[in-house]
Amino acid sequence: MSTPQVALEDYKYGFHYEDKSVFKTRKGLDEQVVRDISNAKKEPEWMLEYRLRALQAFNSKPMPSWGADLSDINFDEIYYYAKPTEEQARTWEDLPADIKETYDRLGIPEAEQKFLSGVGAQYDSEVVYHSIKEEVSRLGVLFLSPEQAIEQYPEIVKKYFGTIIPYNDNKFAALNTAVWSGGSFVYIPKGVRVDVPLQAYFRINSASFGQFERTLIIADEGSFVHYVEGCTAPVYTRDSLHSAVVEIIALEGARVRYSTIQNWSSDVYNLVTKRAVAHKNATVEWVDGNLGSKRTMKYPAVYLMGEGAHGEVLSIAFAGKGQEQDSGGKIVHAASNTTSTITSKSISKAGGTATYRGHIKVEEGVENVRSKVECDALLIDGESTTNTYPYMDIKSDDVAIEHEATVSKISDDQIFYLMSRGMSEDEAAGMIVNGFLDPLVKQLPMEYAVELNRLIELEMEGSVG
Amino acid sequence: MKIEIQDLQARIGDIEILKGVNLTLKSGEIHALMGPNGSGKSTLSNVIFGNETYEVTGGKILVDGEDILEMETHERARLGLFLAFQYPVEIPGVTVGRFLKRAAEIRFEGQKDRMKSFVKQLRANMDYMDINQQFINRYLNEGFSGGEKKRMEILQMLMLEPQFAILDETDSGLDIDALKIVAQGVNKLRTETEFGALVITHYQRILDHIKPDYVHIMYQGRIVTSGGGDLVSQLEEHGYDWVKKQHGIQEEEKNEHAASRT
Repeated sequence: MSTPQVALEDYKYGFHYEDKSVFKTRKGLDEQVVRDISNAKKEPEWMLEYRLRALQAFNSKPMPSWGADLSDINFDEIYYYAKPTEEQARTWEDLPADIKETYDRLGIPEAEQKFLSGVGAQYDSEVVYHSIKEEVSRLGVLFLSPEQAIEQYPEIVKKYFGTIIPYNDNKFAALNTAVWSGGSFVYIPKGVRVDVPLQAYFRINSASFGQFERTLIIADEGSFVHYVEGCTAPVYTRDSLHSAVVEIIALEGARVRYSTIQNWSSDVYNLVTKRAVAHKNATVEWVDGNLGSKRTMKYPAVYLMGEGAHGEVLSIAFAGKGQEQDSGGKIVHAASNTTSTITSKSISKAGGTATYRGHIKVEEGVENVRSKVECDALLIDGESTTNTYPYMDIKSDDVAIEHEATVSKISDDQIFYLMSRGMSEDEAAGMIVNGFLDPLVKQLPMEYAVELNRLIELEMEGSVG
Repeated sequence: MKIEIQDLQARIGDIEILKGVNLTLKSGEIHALMGPNGSGKSTLSNVIFGNETYEVTGGKILVDGEDILEMETHERARLGLFLAFQYPVEIPGVTVGRFLKRAAEIRFEGQKDRMKSFVKQLRANMDYMDINQQFINRYLNEGFSGGEKKRMEILQMLMLEPQFAILDETDSGLDIDALKIVAQGVNKLRTETEFGALVITHYQRILDHIKPDYVHIMYQGRIVTSGGGDLVSQLEEHGYDWVKKQHGIQEEEKNEHAASRT
């Protein structure tokens, strides 16, 4: 059999509009650029100081010596801040035509009506549109841009901002902290369940651009929220950088589900730090789909800080031509009677590299810990690569850990079998890929599974006859 | 449907397996193809379906007068050909129901009414093949026993109603009850539709239940003798040595024995 053409190259969101930023910092990064960003935001002095400290950390920290190949990133060639509009819009109609059209083409307003409690839409550096449904906001749920939160709820922001991921955590978290702009701030009051998801949508429009949004989610005791994030960008010939920081605090008995499908264009470096703490009996679930980007390094983490806490990571990666998806998850069991699972499914094709990198840590003196790690890789062809690095750091005896890893390749026999039933070679390959993902997709909530299936179909389009 | 195999030659790597096969098959006829291991029976079925592991080095396969050798496997299937595999592969994550629905959509493209009764028909055929209805939601062939896999092949055949099917050692490894069920499936299509089959087997057993109209014996990459149903009992009685003696092919064995036993 010749190589099945499961096309991941057919990127549907690669369009862009003219860069009409109302304010943009000059190319490159130094203290003045950071001051300009801070000044543009008219933010309090403490935040500027925090940014400057982070800038120092960024400058002094070396590039990661492991993971995806980042040697081509040129920090001097990037624009770190671009303000697309003067004001945040409350209705889609209030947005400039280009921007509204962008979101229409991405289907965001439609999704908002159909299955979301609230939407935040970020265009380059700023959140240009924000909404929350009346019935949700009436419950005391806060869903704002972080800039608005600093203005309106400074005490909550100060209490939690940078506590889960400190400014000097790693080079890219430091970069984000220095130049962050946009993102989401979510607060769910005690006992409130937001059954319909909140969604943030991140769009890069400018070329050679860096997007550095910052998300802070606080789920108070016994609350529930599902936060969904989507990302796309135009196709340019020069690289862009997306380096987000996401901090989640799940207080006692709370449950937070955070779902991402990043579908960045193939010239975006996607280097993101995502971390949650789960207190007593709290649950945090990351659903992390990496379909796009040139290089991704992202390992959503859950620190299980209280007894009975549960952490979960579901990771799905597609690595196509020229792509390197270095993803996985990290769980730290810092309390007794805690449980976790990491499930990873990756697909490599056309020379792409998918790497699972996981870390399970169990602290000393912690009892009755259970953890399950399962990573499955599917190779579409012989030129693609998959790696598995499952680190375990176990300092307690009272631990039950399961780890399973499989690598499979679409076999000629499978393709021949399906073709003998009338399916074209591409359709046969698509069916096998979907089958590979099926056990994982089944675990997703309905509306999300539908969304993922739609995206996978888009990815396979042109190959699925 | 008329399939004419003319002087077909094929090899795998450097090893010649089919050395000039001539065979004419038609809908409405049941042919049995017998022969010892390594004689080329499975190769023939794979080559008819365009398995790229095998290289065709000569000859023709005509379906209703049209040479199909340049066609891809799925295009051949869409002509109304079906292959029941000797070793059906597992397709993890793809349920029997979803797979069969898609296969049926392709087979009966443009016949909307046909798909309306798909589920009903599937359930009826599963009962007929003594397959538990829960298999609809199981992943195709994953964790199935040998017998279950073979019955699943015949279920697919019943659902897709091919004009001509090749059953590649569907009987091997089956107990007598499973064998009867498989035979029952073939006989159902045979009586209800314009259906023909080439039943590849080592054993007489299955031919007691599927009475062939023609029997062919393959040896060292050629059909060495053909006859009616009575050829089966002669073969059963005298063995392949008898066939060899009848056809004076003992000298050839010395030279090509090693090559053909692959």
